[in-house]
Amino acid sequence: MSLKSLTKPWQPMSYGFLDASAKRELRRKMLKSVAVPGCQMPYASREVPMARGWGTGGLQVSLTLLNPRLRVKVIDQGADDSVNAASIRRFLALVSGAPVTLDTLGADLIQSRHRIPEEIMREDQILVLQVPNPEPLRSVQPNMSIARQMHADADYGRMWLQLYEQIVRSGRVMQGAGYPSLVNGRHVMTPSPIPRWDVPKLNMAKHLSILSAGREKRIFAVPPFTRVEPLVFDDVPYRVEDHGGLTCSRSTAKGFFMNEIPQVDGSSTYEVSDSSYGVKTIQNREGDDVEFGETWYKDGEMTQ
Amino acid sequence: MTRVMDAPRIVTTKPLVVVRNVDKNYGSVQALRQVSALVYPGEVLGIVGESGSGKSTLLRMMNLEETPDSGTYTLDLPDVSGNLFELDRFARRMLCATRIGIVYQNPHHGLLMRHSSSGNVAERLLVAGERNFATLRAKAKSALAASEFPLERLDAPPIELSGGMQQRVQLAKAIALEPALLLLDEPTTGLDVSVQALVLDTLKRLQQERRITMVIVSHDLGVIRTVADRVMVMRRGEVVEAGLVDQIFQDPQHAYTQQLVHAKL
Repeated sequence: MSLKSLTKPWQPMSYGFLDASAKRELRRKMLKSVAVPGCQMPYASREVPMARGWGTGGLQVSLTLLNPRLRVKVIDQGADDSVNAASIRRFLALVSGAPVTLDTLGADLIQSRHRIPEEIMREDQILVLQVPNPEPLRSVQPNMSIARQMHADADYGRMWLQLYEQIVRSGRVMQGAGYPSLVNGRHVMTPSPIPRWDVPKLNMAKHLSILSAGREKRIFAVPPFTRVEPLVFDDVPYRVEDHGGLTCSRSTAKGFFMNEIPQVDGSSTYEVSDSSYGVKTIQNREGDDVEFGETWYKDGEMTQ
Repeated sequence: MTRVMDAPRIVTTKPLVVVRNVDKNYGSVQALRQVSALVYPGEVLGIVGESGSGKSTLLRMMNLEETPDSGTYTLDLPDVSGNLFELDRFARRMLCATRIGIVYQNPHHGLLMRHSSSGNVAERLLVAGERNFATLRAKAKSALAASEFPLERLDAPPIELSGGMQQRVQLAKAIALEPALLLLDEPTTGLDVSVQALVLDTLKRLQQERRITMVIVSHDLGVIRTVADRVMVMRRGEVVEAGLVDQIFQDPQHAYTQQLVHAKL
């Protein structure tokens, strides 16, 4: 018996970059996080060829889920064409051979930084959200040991204190992104820094959402058809950004979440944040045959 | 010898607080030794003693922040039973959040210094489950008014307030839920004499109006004499003497109490 017969042929890297044990651990932690919606599961975040804080958590989940038949889409704050989104997309394709797409409807796996696409996701799609800070209690309880006890006790009174302070100081809730939300009536999670506009999309959604923080080594999930309720006072209702009346200056799409583009004269124009939806709208206007999916919002109002 | 210092009382009712035979050691230091105490509904029990005598440790035990090596602690409340030292963490936290109020010597321990004063009071209501903003606001305002906090500074953070004001915010937070037991750990230490007098006046008024049962710890005999009905004198982790406030101050029996009273005089 030779040494050569006992070893595998040399390969530059494992399939999907991560080694089998890392993927096994991630799969187990994903299953756990699906079993207890919104509960943060610790995992040993591996090194990937990207700096921590740039989406390593989401990348590890995507690398674990990938196979050559899954079609991958990567978005960065709504855009498919940002440097970060393009780099991650190319890397995923390179290490897995998985086909890539820019279309929400054609994707099986969508890795996203801070946005949920405007078109409603299906049961067979998975959304992977990159999370910089998974601990919603961090701002009210800096001691993480006590924060974990508070999660165990469902002791979330202080989360409302944050909202109370914002209303007292500014007259309204100022939490713009990462709005704390109660998952399945039990665990409060930060839904990653998605805008308030996107939080209702998670409630009773058909798709599976996996949220992963590589730097903080935590995974949590919102399984399909799970309640996700933003924390609110009884007498202060939840409000999404007031973008319903805005029109995209490039695509003329209306009633979706917009990026504000400041102009030299002090005014602003707006572009639809979901670049894939904007491109499809332009293509449609130019006479191309484009398939649109149902959208979560219509004229700025949630449809479901 | 069991040191149950149940001093003579004018009105005899069932005690609200019963602490029995509590021992607590920190390594080789014996902080409490067979300490027992009874507190009756509506009365103010003062605990005096030199630094390191164990009075603050005993108060922290009553607030369930610490667990003794041995001993029992019961509260005579409708929905509370058994030895409270045996409660699990969650039950302890909920009991302290809803039925026991505490004012710490150092406001930094009891307040979120960068949140608003009304927010500090609201926090206690939120932990107890209140989720209506208007109700929170109204209750916080009412508690702060009761502790004679100037309402024009309702939303000022405690870090911008004087020591006396900070103690009033702590007091408002402690009484916001009408606790069955109010614990005060050196509430006037570090305040100048005129502010001390104002805080003590507020305490006395609250006690008279609401009949809140209080336990106040101080090394200042003047403070205890002003607000307490009964006094417990502690030294080196033991209760050396207890009795009605006039009895202790006018006719101290134990040599250490005599020393304390005379030093004060």
